[in-house]
Amino acid sequence: MSEPLLSVDDLHVEIASRERTVHALAGVSLDLAPGEALGVVGESGSGKTMTALGVLGLLPSGGSITRGSVRFDGEDLVAGGEKRLQDVRGNTIGVVFQDPLTSLNPTMTIGAQVAEPLLLHRDISKKEAFARAQEMLGLVGMPQPAERMRNYPHQLSGGMRQRVAIAMALVCEPKLLIADEPTTALDVTTQHQILELVDDLRSRLGMAMILVTHDLGVIANRVDRVAVMYAGKIAERAGVRSLFRAPRHRYTEALFSALPEKAVVGATELRTIPGLPPNLALPQHGCRFAARCAFATDACRETEPELLGDDHAFACFHPVPPQQADPLADVVPGEERHAPALASGTPLLEIAGLRKDFPLSGGPFARSRGTVSAVGGVNLTVRKGETFGVVGESGCGKTTIGRMVAGLEDPTSGSITFEGQDLATMSRSRRRAHRRRIQLMFQDSTAAMDPRMRVGAILREPLVIQGVGDRAEQERIVAELLDAVGLPRGAVDRCPHEFSGGQRQRLGLARALTLSPELIVADEPVSALDVSVQAQILNLMRDLQRDRGLTYLFISHDLAVIRYLADTVGVMYLGKLVECGPADEVYEHPLHPYTRGLLDTVNVPDPERLDDTRKPLGGETPSAAAPPSGCRFRTRCPLAQDICARAEPAVTTPLGGTHQVACHFPLVEGTRAAAA
Amino acid sequence: MSVISPAVAPGHEEAAQATPSLARRTVQVFTRNKLALAGVVVLALLLLFCYVGPLVHPTDQVHTDLSQANLAPGSAGHLLGTTDLGYDLVGRLMVAGQSSLEVGLAAGVLATVFGTVWGAVSGYFGGWVDAAMMRVTDAALAIPAMFLLVVVSAIITPSKTVLILIIAAVAWLSPARLVRGEALSLRDREYVQAMRMMGGGGARAVFRHIVPNAIGTVIVNATFQVADAILYVSYLAFLGLSIPPPATDWGSMLSSGITYTQNGYWWLIFPAGIAIVLVVGAFNFIGDGLRDAFEVRLQKK
Repeated sequence: MSEPLLSVDDLHVEIASRERTVHALAGVSLDLAPGEALGVVGESGSGKTMTALGVLGLLPSGGSITRGSVRFDGEDLVAGGEKRLQDVRGNTIGVVFQDPLTSLNPTMTIGAQVAEPLLLHRDISKKEAFARAQEMLGLVGMPQPAERMRNYPHQLSGGMRQRVAIAMALVCEPKLLIADEPTTALDVTTQHQILELVDDLRSRLGMAMILVTHDLGVIANRVDRVAVMYAGKIAERAGVRSLFRAPRHRYTEALFSALPEKAVVGATELRTIPGLPPNLALPQHGCRFAARCAFATDACRETEPELLGDDHAFACFHPVPPQQADPLADVVPGEERHAPALASGTPLLEIAGLRKDFPLSGGPFARSRGTVSAVGGVNLTVRKGETFGVVGESGCGKTTIGRMVAGLEDPTSGSITFEGQDLATMSRSRRRAHRRRIQLMFQDSTAAMDPRMRVGAILREPLVIQGVGDRAEQERIVAELLDAVGLPRGAVDRCPHEFSGGQRQRLGLARALTLSPELIVADEPVSALDVSVQAQILNLMRDLQRDRGLTYLFISHDLAVIRYLADTVGVMYLGKLVECGPADEVYEHPLHPYTRGLLDTVNVPDPERLDDTRKPLGGETPSAAAPPSGCRFRTRCPLAQDICARAEPAVTTPLGGTHQVACHFPLVEGTRAAAA
Repeated sequence: MSVISPAVAPGHEEAAQATPSLARRTVQVFTRNKLALAGVVVLALLLLFCYVGPLVHPTDQVHTDLSQANLAPGSAGHLLGTTDLGYDLVGRLMVAGQSSLEVGLAAGVLATVFGTVWGAVSGYFGGWVDAAMMRVTDAALAIPAMFLLVVVSAIITPSKTVLILIIAAVAWLSPARLVRGEALSLRDREYVQAMRMMGGGGARAVFRHIVPNAIGTVIVNATFQVADAILYVSYLAFLGLSIPPPATDWGSMLSSGITYTQNGYWWLIFPAGIAIVLVVGAFNFIGDGLRDAFEVRLQKK
């Protein structure tokens, strides 16, 4: 390798707050050659973002580099001090952060913001800087860059804002781009477009890149080398292909096998990593993963393994033997996936012609400015004992459907029938009692629990409201629930904010179960969790379904999670259910061009599975305030013809059975050939 | 650690440790604020002075004694001298302090409780209820508080109860608006929605979730309300519209003392003035300390 562009050596970072000092990084070493792309991957709290911020000297308040050096382009940035760092940031190192809304200044025009780094670092006139900025906006694929220059950030969509952020990072033509979770806040299709753009610009400008992310799918397809971080240290560092083919560190191996993608083929359980990452405020002894590792010995708990090896380095005393190559082959086929309840099950929930329009107005005195059609006529049937997965991008109306089923939102029209009773026509008192039978599990259990109440009171509240039992009886039920979700009974005396994300989601599940409902509406219950914890929750949900005969309406944007858990899948686009059917059929033979595009867009965490036959979706979702006429997907559809704009497609079953699609040109063999 | 059942998922055992109560943690942060602590001490001393003081230093505060009028501080038996009507000044401060503190505290608490409930109900139910309730508040706010106080107390001869009621009647407006703002954001919180999912109603939402979560704002505001109410009593008294003699309060003492400024009788003004400054300052420091304590409690993870 030639002289590295960036060389991080033994970096230690501490973050001191009032009560404690967190040792966020404990000796991180990285090398990056010019033009190379390095992925830094890890779960939350692993120090991946801290590494990126440490290089730039942008540590949060209280943070400091206590040891180590950062050499960039032959110069020590840690020793150089703030003045030197200011010269480098935005100039020779460009940065893109996760949230394009907060990283852009809402009071400055796009043009001024993109030109700002130029005015700071280059000795050029304002006019030249703006001309250059406009050129850059064109380069990042912004339509009509000249007009966009005068826009403000709130006038652009999330994807467009991230393009602006990238333009800002690249306008000085840096040698290194640091992208910290650049696509985490974006939808799959937008995410794909942004990553393609970064890839393309990188090869054109010959930049090196550090891509920080938790998403193994993104890492697999976009970088040359990967560093896997765990608890403030690098656990494994290797070329992307050799890492995904044969991970050596036990943590990396466990992380890969916890991915829902790895379990779809007939597996009953996801592999999980038990427990939680260590608390970095406490001193660490031995291997940091030892407490959660199935292979740990006393040596692991006493001595810290060093990161050894040249091309494929790992810090583990008991590495995965290299011959056990394919983690995919490792999947336990196990017993048959529990039989889908499809044909046999009686319908529990039937939704017919369901619509929800939200008025665009501000308060009782303001005049209405039209409506947003969040859900535009949806029919679906959920059968007893099954998991019905609703999947779609943000704004497709999946959450609104969940809220209407749960009774948090009243439908504009249409009916929701639960065991033959229409919820809309039910009397108030009946409805109150009915609440027990459908419960909602929230995405963010932190927000869904009163921060001033203790867990005991939170879990007891549903029982108090519904008047179930006396206090002793209620406490007995709560204790049973805590057992069921795998939390200690002593948890009743704690406050919700003291639990980790995964534990809180267990609590959320416990609360949803308190009233022994028949249907649980789970709205993105695992999307805020790390992979290893996500697997714990998904397994728990499956176990509880089996033990208690629950029915789930599972809402998620994550195709892999839905595929793992759902028996039946409904795909939504802009308020419409475009395709619906048994999970395996929908994933194997998508009939709607949108489903097909979505499946082709998803990043598969396997660098070898890249093929050129995939056709990712382009364009952006139109506004739900003015949805396209006819088929709502026609503006992005590769097969769209005149009829699609005129008539709304009816639901058909071109393959027979229960696999429904709403498309004029469903992808049965003939049309699929035509499309290809 | 309490009992751990065998069903606990591996790695989650530590979740059994109970946390100290919110109140205790709030107190911990509060006591770290030296100024707030000083406020508490000053307030405690003033309360002792006003309520225990008369037992230690009994004086006649009903009958006037003009032969003893306007004695300078340090005269026999009168540490701070006497007033223009011959009352012992130290004793007078104690009696006056009782009515000032009682009226101030009662009016402040009454205003806070009423305003909080008004604001929480208005904010939680929203829509027309909110619009109507807030227009009432706006209308009341449009009338200058001082003007209203002067007019009302000129019509009715004020007793302590009357004073409490009329001060509370103008003071509830600001907590009402504050809490309404909090309630507006709290009612959309997912935990309130979760409670509705369980079948809970408006009363439970307001009293179990909204008010307790707005309690930081409410308590901090209450301390300022009490300080304001004490000042209101003083203003009214200064204008001669307070409780009629021989009862008195610190404001009335100032008002009667001001006549003699030209004569150099400083002891008629300074002690009462300082007492007002001390008590208002103490309440404000306590309010600041409480605000820090509540904010930190929510930030801490």
